Amino acid sequence: MTLESLKKTPTKGPPPRGESPATAGGTTLPEPPPSAEKRLLRHGMMPHMLCPGCGHGIVFEAMLRALASRYEQLDDVAFVAGIGCSSRVVGYIDACTLHTTHGRPLTFATGLKLARPELKVVVVTGDGDGLSIGGNHLIHAARRNVDLTCVLFNNEIYGMTGGQLAPTTIPGAYTSTSPQGNAESPFDAARLVEAAGATYVARAQSYRTREFEDLFLRALDHKGFSFVEVMTDCTEYFGRTNRLGNGADLLFSQARVEPAIDADLAGRSTLKEVRSTPVRPVLEMGVLHESSRPTLEESMKLSGAGS
Amino acid sequence: MSQQLIQGNEACARGALAAGCTFFAGYPISPSSEIAELLARELPPRGSVFIQMEDEIASMGAVLGASLGGRRAMTATSGPGFTLMQEHLGYASLAEIPCVVVDVMRGGPSTGLPTSPAQGDVMQARWGSHGDRATIALAPGNVQEVYSLTIEAFRLAETLRTPVAVLYDEVIGHMREGVVLHEPTPEELGRRTAPRAAFSPTFLPYEPDENGVAMLPDFGRGYRFHVTGLMHDERGYPTSDHVKVAELLERLERKVEPAVAAVPPERYRLEDASVVLVAYGIVARTARAAVDLLRREGIRAGLLRTRLLWPLPAPALTEVSSSAELVVVAEMNRGQWALEVERLAGGKTVLAPYLKAGGSVITAEELAGHVRRLAREGVAVS
Repeated sequence: MTLESLKKTPTKGPPPRGESPATAGGTTLPEPPPSAEKRLLRHGMMPHMLCPGCGHGIVFEAMLRALASRYEQLDDVAFVAGIGCSSRVVGYIDACTLHTTHGRPLTFATGLKLARPELKVVVVTGDGDGLSIGGNHLIHAARRNVDLTCVLFNNEIYGMTGGQLAPTTIPGAYTSTSPQGNAESPFDAARLVEAAGATYVARAQSYRTREFEDLFLRALDHKGFSFVEVMTDCTEYFGRTNRLGNGADLLFSQARVEPAIDADLAGRSTLKEVRSTPVRPVLEMGVLHESSRPTLEESMKLSGAGS
Repeated sequence: MSQQLIQGNEACARGALAAGCTFFAGYPISPSSEIAELLARELPPRGSVFIQMEDEIASMGAVLGASLGGRRAMTATSGPGFTLMQEHLGYASLAEIPCVVVDVMRGGPSTGLPTSPAQGDVMQARWGSHGDRATIALAPGNVQEVYSLTIEAFRLAETLRTPVAVLYDEVIGHMREGVVLHEPTPEELGRRTAPRAAFSPTFLPYEPDENGVAMLPDFGRGYRFHVTGLMHDERGYPTSDHVKVAELLERLERKVEPAVAAVPPERYRLEDASVVLVAYGIVARTARAAVDLLRREGIRAGLLRTRLLWPLPAPALTEVSSSAELVVVAEMNRGQWALEVERLAGGKTVLAPYLKAGGSVITAEELAGHVRRLAREGVAVS
């Protein structure tokens, strides 16, 4: 795929709300054939802890599919994650996996990569983990251009702790700690890390997993700090609290300009901004930035760097 | 072997290099910065890693990541930075990741007295991280010992797979003394445990050896496994099984006990002592002089100088509590280790700690004066 084709924003419309096959009810889907990505799963950790309809599961499966296309076995790939729903997925990968502390996976990953430059190190983080408590580490990892791939699952809310406000929550949206609607402005994660010095920045959606796989593989191939933000949906907290329907409704809404909260709910807010019914912003998808400069390992002349 | 005149912080960095440290991540802070500065010069030419991170939390994270990659890794800081490192110290204890953390103590709380000595981080080293964390903390009392105990800290960290703290105050950090930089033997260096079987799907990374130490391999050596800060079983998988969690916590506490025998205390004129001074770090030096002063005055004083703060050197403390009529714990804080000694003594002796917080070292004369006063009051028997 060329850079230009990846930079396109979505044009093909999804089926109208409520009429998708997934929500039609009673439809029995055939059992899918055994998939290649299953060989990379750590089966002993099953069942996983993601909620039904959670976008993270969709993205995780796509990650595994991409990895399976590249690796027979993950002996030389380490996965490092923080704390939160997204971070838990690394435990389900049959590799060296490191489930660290809240917000700090990039610090562990930086140490691991400098200690063992020959390892491929992939960081999985969330919007709370990577942008709130770990925001400082994110910009410094980008600035240093450590040869890491960081995938940030952005579901615009704190899922694991019960649906609280995140630094990515849409203005006006309801969460358990913004009962009047969110009065704050969100970070643009992709632009933030680009400004901080990341040399590969892409954004994807759980709605378009094939594109995510492609962007993720390109991130793995990139030398330097590569960052993929993937928009996913928290059905249980964001979806319910803002009355946006089920997992499929949320998934399809990623491709449309839709209200970020239910209109009736908006009318109850005391915040003027919320009463005007906020909409989900239309975000540019694909590769947003790509450049080349020496990685930290190369600058430090560490043996094994660049291999 | 020839002596070199170096300061405590340099001795620490030299000890780390002698101990095979190949990774340092840190953040500038007084009065520890010389350690980072020296290692920034010495590590890269050896093909090793020095990195200045964005803060102390990140420094500890990088140290743990590097350690999991197989490096002997360390950081150095002072009280405020040590506070920020507590979260990852807890992580390292539970996930059994070896590392050495040097805390050159300054006056606190908060920014406090950045360039004055203190011994205020003794309890932070023990309980600074949440939960029941087993911990090892060493307390060198001179520049030579900063060198040798930094080497010992690496040995304990690697062989017991746990974080080890080295605590000394600003005076020791900046004081210059003649030091013999001996090359450690393989036994003095120690090695981490290694798994006994090749990788298989039933491999147990957190299976303990006969000493209760997990046989965890390094990342990227053909073993695929999970490391987490959640309570975990021997597979490394998260568990909330109450029995397994209780067993894990008990094992982590038990496995640090060998430090007590490995770092024995120094006994000075204790044979017939009725007054025992108990001290560590810089205070142990002035306490030794106080013992000599008191002896000249006919007071049978002695010194138990500990070089290990945690786990508590219980046998030696119990011994002096049973034999002495008066035990004086002298420390540069408002009373931290003194309370532990009191707890161990269990009413078997009279305890009258001499405490001084405020940024200056306890002098021999002050300490001798404290004992003289007690003697006049009939507390201490001469």
